[in-house]
Amino acid sequence: MNILFSAISKLAKALGVIFAVVVVNFFLIRLAPGDPASIMAGEAGASDPQYVARLREQFGLDQPLLVQLWSYIKGILHFDWGFSYRMKLPVLDLILDRLPATLLLMGAAFVFSIVLGILLGVLSAKTRYTGQRRWLDSVIVSAALVLYATPLFWLSLLAIILFSVVLGWLPAFGMQSVGVELTGWAHIKDVALHLILPTVSLGTFYMAMYVRLTRASLLEVMGMDFVKTARAKGVSASHVMRRHVLRNGLLPVVTFCGIQLGQMAGGAVLTETVFGWPGIGRLMFDALMQRDYQLLLGIFLVTSAMVVLFNLLTDLVYRLVDPRIEFEGGK
Amino acid sequence: MKDFLRRFMKNKGAVVGLAIFLLVVGVAISAPFLYDGSPWMMVADPLMTPFQDAQYPLGTDMLGRDIAAGMAYGAQVSLLISLISTAVAVIVGVAIGAIAGYNGGWLDDLLMRITEFFQTIPQLAMAVVLVAIFTPSIYSIVGAIALVSWPPVARLVRSEFLSLRQREFVQAAVVIGLRPGRIIFTQILPNAMSSIIITASLMVATAILTESALSFLGLGDRNMMSWGFMIGAARTMLREAAWMSILPGLAILLTVLAINLIGEGLSDALNPQLRNRGEK
Repeated sequence: MNILFSAISKLAKALGVIFAVVVVNFFLIRLAPGDPASIMAGEAGASDPQYVARLREQFGLDQPLLVQLWSYIKGILHFDWGFSYRMKLPVLDLILDRLPATLLLMGAAFVFSIVLGILLGVLSAKTRYTGQRRWLDSVIVSAALVLYATPLFWLSLLAIILFSVVLGWLPAFGMQSVGVELTGWAHIKDVALHLILPTVSLGTFYMAMYVRLTRASLLEVMGMDFVKTARAKGVSASHVMRRHVLRNGLLPVVTFCGIQLGQMAGGAVLTETVFGWPGIGRLMFDALMQRDYQLLLGIFLVTSAMVVLFNLLTDLVYRLVDPRIEFEGGK
Repeated sequence: MKDFLRRFMKNKGAVVGLAIFLLVVGVAISAPFLYDGSPWMMVADPLMTPFQDAQYPLGTDMLGRDIAAGMAYGAQVSLLISLISTAVAVIVGVAIGAIAGYNGGWLDDLLMRITEFFQTIPQLAMAVVLVAIFTPSIYSIVGAIALVSWPPVARLVRSEFLSLRQREFVQAAVVIGLRPGRIIFTQILPNAMSSIIITASLMVATAILTESALSFLGLGDRNMMSWGFMIGAARTMLREAAWMSILPGLAILLTVLAINLIGEGLSDALNPQLRNRGEK
């Protein structure tokens, strides 16, 4: 019963956030420079006042604000997200067309950052705990500190200079080779090669975050009494590490995943812009350049919905990892 | 104060960070004296490499603008925007956190929902949308960065208030009839100050990164030369003139690193008891 209740309240909260984004979007589009009707009239090449007035009536822009808001929400629910007059396509079609590329990039960067981040974090905490190879701890901590301060888009540019321009190992632009028709494994290999640089560039900053978080959390657990007890009764250091420290110390890292995915959605805009990756981040940059506000806000809505969804998933995972949560969540 | 300085100085990284930060501040302040005239002005041949001409030690960009001058003025912009936006975010965050934590009840619920909303949505995407809609200017940039960065402060202040409110000295202040406003400002807030300062110092670093990302995407103030803009403009010349992108990025990296180091030093100095609990 408690589980059901807390699940429903989580879901309601998530929907609330998305609803709030829709409302914010509605007001932002009204604040955007230029009256929508005169922009449309301009696009159509006619700007006489009568035509503009007719457009206003046609799109309900002369209605009271609340009525407009209601019809806007209805439109969103009916998958009518507006029309991009620059690209001559509905906003939702444009976004759905680009979404898979972004999901691929974010998924790859997420796995890269969390696997490497936890691994290095555990390694550095372990060297500190056992007292062997302390220098490794210092190296990892310093590297994480520097990477944590590196602008994402600049790191992407450096990666291009090194691996594409100087060494010539990896492609720096796009998602697949231009001018060749590849199928099957050759195609997958081609995309994978294109994926490497964007993934590493996007993932590195978050990897540094995971290293710091994992290390701090493990060291805190290592200082706790139950760990000392286990050591005192003769359990080996590596066993304590595996069974006692890791299980407890990695919980905060799971909580952090949800937050990180939200930030990564923003970081994807930068990475995709630099690498010409054909996802919604790149689309957002194009929308910015062309002052295409309908498209911009549509992408913002999708990104937010994505983040909310990821948060729900993280929550689910957390419940699996730490069953104690259920008792607290339902009260 | 002496204790504070001693503990701060014990953290070597923090001292190095402070030195770098003071250097950046010095460059930012002296920019108008070192380079009179606008950093946008074309002063020499385009695309001079660094160290080629002693007068332009860091070279020139594709329009013949002095990169060293751009870097100096960029320091001004980065510090100005990050410090002001952090100040605004801290004021907003403290106000909301204090009201929520002190009052509790439905007001607390409502304010925390709003805080959660701003914490959930992707911050950089939100900042990009806001600056684009309100047209890029120093006001919209500061406003957007402040709007996406206040939630952590609000949560922190709220939790500090919730725990401090139960303490005896606050209860005593209530009993002797102090008004809520005075209790908040004279009793609770001073005790929450050290955590707020530590968080704020790290927010300045994030604000610099956000500002540079915005101006990299072409959302900078058109009248201000900034590091992010320089990288964004030099991006098309990456193959021919990599130094044009590398130098401003290095400046961002060093400044952000310095501030993070200072933040860790402040955390050591202001919360000495935390030192013994694990590492962080």
